[in-house]
Amino acid sequence: MSAAYVTKSPWVVHYDGSSCNGCDIEVLACLTPGYDVERFGIINCGNPKHADVFLVTGSVNEQNKGIVKQIYEQMPEPKVVVAVGICACSGGIFKDCYNVMGGVDQVIPVDAYVPGCAARPEAIIDAVVKGLGVLQAKRDAMVNKVEAPAEEAEDAKAIEAAEDAVTEEKKAVAVPPIFTMAEIKVNTMDFLKK
Amino acid sequence: MAKRTIVPFGPQHPVLPEPIHLDLVLEDETVVEAIPSIGYIHRGLEKLCEIKDFEQMVYVVERICGICSFGHGWGACASMEGALGIKIPERAEYLRTILHELGRVHSHLLWLGLMADAFGFESLFYHCWRIRETVLDLFEKNTGGRVVFSICKPGGMRKDISNENLQEMVKVLNGLKADIKEVTDTFIQDASVKNRMTGVGVLTKEEAMELCAVGPTVRGSGVRQDIRLTGDHGVYKELGFEPCVEEAGDCMARTVVRIREVFQSIELIEKAVEMIPDGPVDMKVPKKVEGEFAIRLEQPRGEAFYYAKGQGTKFLKRMRVRTPTNINIPALVKMLGGADLADVPVLVLTIDPCISCTER
Repeated sequence: MSAAYVTKSPWVVHYDGSSCNGCDIEVLACLTPGYDVERFGIINCGNPKHADVFLVTGSVNEQNKGIVKQIYEQMPEPKVVVAVGICACSGGIFKDCYNVMGGVDQVIPVDAYVPGCAARPEAIIDAVVKGLGVLQAKRDAMVNKVEAPAEEAEDAKAIEAAEDAVTEEKKAVAVPPIFTMAEIKVNTMDFLKK
Repeated sequence: MAKRTIVPFGPQHPVLPEPIHLDLVLEDETVVEAIPSIGYIHRGLEKLCEIKDFEQMVYVVERICGICSFGHGWGACASMEGALGIKIPERAEYLRTILHELGRVHSHLLWLGLMADAFGFESLFYHCWRIRETVLDLFEKNTGGRVVFSICKPGGMRKDISNENLQEMVKVLNGLKADIKEVTDTFIQDASVKNRMTGVGVLTKEEAMELCAVGPTVRGSGVRQDIRLTGDHGVYKELGFEPCVEEAGDCMARTVVRIREVFQSIELIEKAVEMIPDGPVDMKVPKKVEGEFAIRLEQPRGEAFYYAKGQGTKFLKRMRVRTPTNINIPALVKMLGGADLADVPVLVLTIDPCISCTER
């Protein structure tokens, strides 16, 4: 870990989307003496308003997507999202289940993905450290924006362009549509008929 | 009468590793009523079991819950073995019992840690989890996984564990006993812990039986109920098993039950390793499942029920699982009525909630 990233103590908030618990206990295992990320100043806090890094385990469904979004929106800028475990990345073993919409990136932007079932603590720590790099970059971007208001317009343009590029990219990979409740009912019925 | 307010608790809450939502109806600081609502992590796993063939299915069922994953794998395999009408080799039955009890040690240590965190004793939480890491190392050495093992399969075990490794497991666990005792003595003797747990959330024997509580929750209320006594799974009959029962029915009693079970599980493992016969651990199984079978298993959290029904192909017609937390929620709601708001986290954790199990 580069010295630049440990100048601040990143706090994490953890939410269990619809995981099997395996990844959640591995997230907690990171924080406890076996792996002890507290030596880097990383603390698990319950309040999203105090957190820099959002660890989501498990996939999203109709019931919890609002909560995941709400926690994300309550976190102050800059913030980083880490999807822990294969379920949070893509749905994993539960991809074919009727109540699983897919990875967390269907609802909120994700900065780092940790594959694995269950994700190993080493991998989770690695992802958080990678996330800290992103956090630092985001922080720098914010500071630059404040320090150089003249360039703001250009920055805004650049950001817009980047966002456009991202949208284009998303279109290109054809993200599956987020279903409405009525559609889900129809899908479920079809599924049950099968 | 004081004005009533409703305080939402969860799904995202510092003491909850998993999402459950409670609407707490308060009068001043006292909980009048608690209304639980679940459904945040429902996946539809039982339906998924029908589109996976019966050997793939074990991987899915193990992922009902990452804490008692071995038990779930065992339950699924045992129910299918019953439906297939086969009897697995004795050594496999012993190995399953040993790993299940090791899982209980890890699960109870995990719970003790979370409980300590719930009443704000952070260093105790860390010590419990420090000891738990050693147990996880044993799991990793013998099965290859820390949380999800996938070592059970219909017909036995995927691989054998050598006698030397089993001896070493016993040696490590016996070495842990002193460490565990030091930590658990704090739970039993420390004044601040006593203040938070003694007399809190009392569930009488009658109430526990009426609300059909299971596992350590019901054993903490003085009921001698344990599925391991029935002897229809594992080798508990041969090991001479007797459940741990406490009479008081409060949070402390339930904690003491779990603490005693940690030591009991270590003893059971030691006995099983002494008695384990040599021989094969795996056998050939028919490719098609017909017939149906149900089995009950004592998970760390209580009674779990597994039901498998074949339809003459390699796909099952129905796989049904009933898990302990689901059954303990009425008891939890009963305990919450009349409790202090500050005691709510302790009470929620006292049934050892596993929401992933509940909703599947």
